[in-house]
Amino acid sequence: MYQFNYKKVETIQEAVNELTANPDSKILAGGMTLIPTMKQRLASPEKLIDIRNIEELNFIREESNNIIIGSTTNHFTVSSSDLIKEKIPSLSMLAEGIGDPHVRNMGTIGGAISNNDPTADYPAACLGLGAKIKTSKRELMADEFFISLFETALDEDEIVVSISFPIIKDSFYMKFPNPASRYAMAGVFISKNETDIRVAVTGASENGVFRWSEMEESLSNNWSKSSVENIKLSPEGIMSDIHGSSEYRANLANIMAIRAFEGINE
Amino acid sequence: MSLVELEINGNKVSHDVEERQLLVHFIRDDLSLTGTHVGCDTSQCGACVVHVDGKAVKSCSMLAVQANNSKITTIEGLADGENLHPVQEAFRENHGLQCGFCTPGMIMAAVDIINRNSILNEKTVREELEGNLCRCTGYQNIVKSILAASEKM
Repeated sequence: MYQFNYKKVETIQEAVNELTANPDSKILAGGMTLIPTMKQRLASPEKLIDIRNIEELNFIREESNNIIIGSTTNHFTVSSSDLIKEKIPSLSMLAEGIGDPHVRNMGTIGGAISNNDPTADYPAACLGLGAKIKTSKRELMADEFFISLFETALDEDEIVVSISFPIIKDSFYMKFPNPASRYAMAGVFISKNETDIRVAVTGASENGVFRWSEMEESLSNNWSKSSVENIKLSPEGIMSDIHGSSEYRANLANIMAIRAFEGINE
Repeated sequence: MSLVELEINGNKVSHDVEERQLLVHFIRDDLSLTGTHVGCDTSQCGACVVHVDGKAVKSCSMLAVQANNSKITTIEGLADGENLHPVQEAFRENHGLQCGFCTPGMIMAAVDIINRNSILNEKTVREELEGNLCRCTGYQNIVKSILAASEKM
């Protein structure tokens, strides 16, 4: 790892000030992606701004039919929260499937979405539930937040404060985890409320998480398993690497969609 | 350099460290507690698991500076003098190790698993061991050891 400076901050304002004053700095939350990346010398920030101890970012609460999760809340806390288990069980199940217990004790929801890894789980929940992301500057819909591979709408001096998930009981996430890393080889999040059906896919596209509009349309016309089975994801623009070809991943997304649909209807 | 002050296995320590120093290297090289192992160094294998403020973490993926002001327990902090911790004892009784390289991480993970789950079954133990790799035992006796220890704790 290259040498860097380090600063632990106590407030959101302090974090933003540090980011503004140090353009080559990076926010450190759980560090479960950032530190391994720095060890491989794929990232070399001049300064790390450690936000893990900012009290006001670590919370889970219910507010007007939403579950709001502070950005430094770790995956274990989300997966074991009784409130989330009761209100959005699909979200607690998703958190429980990230990495392993030790990684879940450190990794944070804010870090996961800010990094926007194309195979991460949380981006699928954000898009699939229509979450609202509050930053140090503004509020963004998940649809505006995730731009592309490892790219979000966040400005250089902006950090995620919290994520607000609408309470939608009829939702389910199914992924096929890479056997070594547990990242999604393909993961599909489906949700259905009175007005909206959303289907989000992670792990598959070369441009990161996306809404599968053909599938949403098909399910909106007819909420049935055959509607899911009739839609096939095209391998075009789907990732291809040593873990699987684009055809393999596209097919996997179809299967995960069927299982997610079955999960809601069980 | 940054000053790191923390409590490890009940002892207070204070050290200047490079910001880039990993917690596992701080524990092994600066504090000479070599029970915690570096296996894969890519946060897959779990040989480096220690408890930071009561939570099991991979010390190869955490900076020493992040652990400032924390309480750490390593494998050396489990036994009570000559008396082994129930999980250590169970690993010995049930032949839960062969080469022993993964064992410190396995045991630290196991203590955490038992602390978090009042009722344990084989399925839960196997799922919870997701982050710990063993290349000798085939896990059979590790799972047996953890289940046996959970009865005694």
